[in-house]
Amino acid sequence: MTPASPASSTGRMRALRFIVPLAIFLILVAFLGVGLSRDPREVPSPLINKAAPAFDLERLHESGKRLSAADLKGQVWLMNVWASWCVSCRVEHPLLMQLAKANVVPIIGLDYKDKPDDGRAWLTQNGNPYTTSIVDFDGRVGIDYGVYGVPETFVVDKQGVIRYKQIGPVTVEALEQKILPLVRELQKS
Amino acid sequence: MRAAGSLRGPWAIAVARSIVVACVVVATGVGAQPKDAALDARLKKLETELRCLVCQNQTLADSDASLAGDLRREVRALAEAGKTDDEIKTYLVARYGDFILYNPPVKTLTWLLWFGPALLLAGGGVAWYAIVRRRRDGDDDDGRGPPGSPPPPGEALARARQMLYEEP
Repeated sequence: MTPASPASSTGRMRALRFIVPLAIFLILVAFLGVGLSRDPREVPSPLINKAAPAFDLERLHESGKRLSAADLKGQVWLMNVWASWCVSCRVEHPLLMQLAKANVVPIIGLDYKDKPDDGRAWLTQNGNPYTTSIVDFDGRVGIDYGVYGVPETFVVDKQGVIRYKQIGPVTVEALEQKILPLVRELQKS
Repeated sequence: MRAAGSLRGPWAIAVARSIVVACVVVATGVGAQPKDAALDARLKKLETELRCLVCQNQTLADSDASLAGDLRREVRALAEAGKTDDEIKTYLVARYGDFILYNPPVKTLTWLLWFGPALLLAGGGVAWYAIVRRRRDGDDDDGRGPPGSPPPPGEALARARQMLYEEP
């Protein structure tokens, strides 16, 4: 253990003087870069990979008849949260119509905080992509599903476990890259 | 004067009676309220610790969003059902995630967030101490003291030796 010669020691110190701040700066840039690329409006749901909360709600079209989460067990299904007052729902609506036509997966519509009359009128006017729509008039089921904006879409597997949540309108990319591959995979299992 | 005096009697009694009645009304009002007032105060405090997810930078107490109204109603219903603040928070976190809490919980994922600033401060303190000690010992990293200070004794001795014994 000989002490380092003064020349190499000061050389190393000089190098450290550059390297340490540079390293701190790069770490900061990396953190801020990641922060910039994330959408703060998308709050990850704690319900992913948890059992879909139970519900038992009246159907929008066959009033008097109800639909519960238990009725849907054994199949993969989508739950799309919508409302007649929801503007962005119009954006995803054509895609949902296409998806319904392809008949890949049942789409359950949760008519969220909406007057049933308005909901029915909206579907008559724009087309109805839903296998069944159910009425969440006071938004209680919405709270159980952690809904904080409309539209939202959940993918639920055969065991009744939520596997994916789309926040905001369903986009072509989300449908092709995430939702449909996931649905096909879940349907196989 | 006598007429006024005789008037004063019933007048005074009426005033006294209405004061008593008012006091009783207020007292019973207050007597019936404390539980609700305490609950209101508790909810008010709780709602300032919860985030409105629609507006994100407003608390549940401040927000006019329709979802915030629903959640306030839900929180009140839970509180009236005898749930504690922690139970209510757990209920909401299970649905909306930690983001609904203004104070993020201390867990492995948030250690850096909670203790990072203290860690930075400690790191700065250590660096500061190291620099000060090196300066005080006259052993700066360039081998010299601060600018303008006399050369360290070893160097002075070497120079003196050179001047004395070696021909230029």
